[in-house]
Amino acid sequence: MTETSRERPGEGLTVALFATCISDTMFPKTPQATVEVLERMGCRVVFPREQTCCGQIFTNTGYFDDAIPSVRTYVKAFGDYDYIVGPSGSCVGSVREQHPMLAERSKDAGLQRAATAVASRTLDVSEFIVDVLGVTDVGAYFPHRVTYHPTCHSMRVTKVGDRPYQLLKAVRGLELLELPEATQCCGFGGTFSLKNPDVSVSMAADKARNAASTGAEYLVAGDNACLMNIGGMLSRQKSAMTPIHLVEILAHTEGKRR
Amino acid sequence: MTAKPRLTPAPPPGELIDSPRFPVAARRELGNTAQRRNLRLATHTIRDKRANAVGEMENWEQLREAGGAIKNRVLRHLPEYLEQLEESLTRNGATVHWARDAAEANRIVIALVQETGSQEVVKVKSMATQEIDLNEALEESGIAAWETDLAELIVQLGHDRPSHILVPAIHRNRSEVREIFLEEMGRYGTPAPPGLDDNPTNLANAARGHLREKFLRAKVAISGANFAVADTGSLVVVESEGNGRMCLTLPETLISVVGIEKVLPSFDDLEVFMQLLPRSSTAERMNPYTSVWSGASEGDGPQNVHVVLVDNGRTNALADPHGRQALRCIRCSACMNICPVFEKVGGHAYGSVYPGPIGAILNPQIRGTDSAVDRSLPFASSLCGACTEVCPVQIPIAELLVHMRGKVVDAKKAESKGVHMPHAEPAMMKAGGWVMGDHRRLEAAQLAAKAGGGVLGRFTDHIGPLPWPLSKWTNTRDVPNPPTKTFRDWWNVNRADQVEK
Repeated sequence: MTETSRERPGEGLTVALFATCISDTMFPKTPQATVEVLERMGCRVVFPREQTCCGQIFTNTGYFDDAIPSVRTYVKAFGDYDYIVGPSGSCVGSVREQHPMLAERSKDAGLQRAATAVASRTLDVSEFIVDVLGVTDVGAYFPHRVTYHPTCHSMRVTKVGDRPYQLLKAVRGLELLELPEATQCCGFGGTFSLKNPDVSVSMAADKARNAASTGAEYLVAGDNACLMNIGGMLSRQKSAMTPIHLVEILAHTEGKRR
Repeated sequence: MTAKPRLTPAPPPGELIDSPRFPVAARRELGNTAQRRNLRLATHTIRDKRANAVGEMENWEQLREAGGAIKNRVLRHLPEYLEQLEESLTRNGATVHWARDAAEANRIVIALVQETGSQEVVKVKSMATQEIDLNEALEESGIAAWETDLAELIVQLGHDRPSHILVPAIHRNRSEVREIFLEEMGRYGTPAPPGLDDNPTNLANAARGHLREKFLRAKVAISGANFAVADTGSLVVVESEGNGRMCLTLPETLISVVGIEKVLPSFDDLEVFMQLLPRSSTAERMNPYTSVWSGASEGDGPQNVHVVLVDNGRTNALADPHGRQALRCIRCSACMNICPVFEKVGGHAYGSVYPGPIGAILNPQIRGTDSAVDRSLPFASSLCGACTEVCPVQIPIAELLVHMRGKVVDAKKAESKGVHMPHAEPAMMKAGGWVMGDHRRLEAAQLAAKAGGGVLGRFTDHIGPLPWPLSKWTNTRDVPNPPTKTFRDWWNVNRADQVEK
């Protein structure tokens, strides 16, 4: 392997970016950072405009029929791509684990075939970098103390394993602090946070307290919904800790200002 | 009408099925700070111990797979295995009874106790008898049922309900136990020694003294069973204290109430489950007492052996090929111990003797989705999936929670057909589903968010109180302002030349 190819292991690969509706609308820096990192690795990134949402909010609230339009849109937007990459363990997990079930419910055999095929080509950004590009050092520089929260769906649905830790450990200047009770849910749970607000808040408070106890400047995760939940609690508590998506750290290079 | 004087301590009034919706009950339980401390300490301790006990086993995943596969086979051929079980038990000298529901099971047990002429029974800890509320049925028939499991005794004497399937008094601490013993034991038998402190050994000794008299006097015992082995006609009870063993061996008559899903094809299958169950439940390599009995043995133990096989809604679950996976449950309680929601509220919030994640998928199947509490249970989870990870028989609990949410929604939709004012939620979900069906609609919705963010950004860096239902979020958590540019906007400006495909 030549020096160039190791630095640009994505050369020749086209990646369709699955921005996710929440990041597209509320946290655009995250998909922007995904584009930056993937392009830096040599990938050609495209953004199929037809994309909307994984439909998880409908599925997980029990409205399966209302989630089917999201599956159709997803298949239409991404059907032609070999690599579909999103910055969310939860949205990617929903595509991979729930779209086939929803497509089956639609009784549309064509949709079933397409949804199952597209689902299997959908990856979380940490999976794509570590498994497909075969690197953990993406040339990032982030001279800060951070702690990482492994979000439930990235850990237990998409099963990204220790890939985010591998990526963080390769970031120059970064000090990774251990989060106590790291694998405990932050209490977001989509509509759970509205249907059971008291329990949800109590869980979020535990997570915020554990995060604050590390003394880190940044709380890192691979899912903006969870970060919004924990961050909302940190903000209300006037904590100085800032929530940040993993890929935004990876996009940060020496000489660049946040 | 004057109430009959009670023989045993009265539980709290009301039926569990009439419990409030989970969010309401959860709020009530969250207000109990002492209970929250007790629960947090207990669940975190047992969680860590379980992780260690399981971590010792190199073949744990294979054992889980085997456990799940055996239970799946049982569920696929349940009628055959049950008939085989009946045949084997009968051959061994036991009498088998079949009960469709709780009322029928209770009638059978009451009649059997009455035949013996006894006015009281001692009980082995049993979830099935809790499920059918047997103690209260016996009380109404003038028969006193004495719980002999230490934690069940604490619950019974405390006029309380179990809050956990394995550690029914998990919500109590030892000073509360001391008070209950001092206050109540004397009313129902041997009193607690005066001056009893809250030392665990002394508390256990007080219970021993109180129970001894009942063990030695009892003519009838009632148990459940962890497993019912079809080929040998054996019942198995797994326990820690030996109080169950006393009940299973001393009395003349032994009546076991067993859910039909407890059947195992062969005695050899116990090899798998006796490795899975203790490590998952009490985090022990092996539990202290495992009792196995195969009908009646002359001159040894109870001579009058009955087995009541109970359906009570289990065949409803069996009829759903996906939902029936919940019937694989071996009642280990690992899912509730690991559950971050259970940890906050305890078992009483679930309105059933089966709380926690397994209760949230089991109750709405065996009891149906008519009651307010059963409709709310599948939503009593953040879908974090920790339960799925620890389940020793690989029940995909998180997936089944979503499955049951779908069933609740379908039931609600069917009811509101033709109703003039439907719920707000279906309308919102339908609208949301429509928006996500086409990117142009999503982009239109984003325009509104951006406009809002633009206005807000002049005054504040985050969103304050929002109207219902979002107030449930913003009352306690801030929300960042929506940015004035979406990612799509950025892409259009910065990657306008990028061509798709």
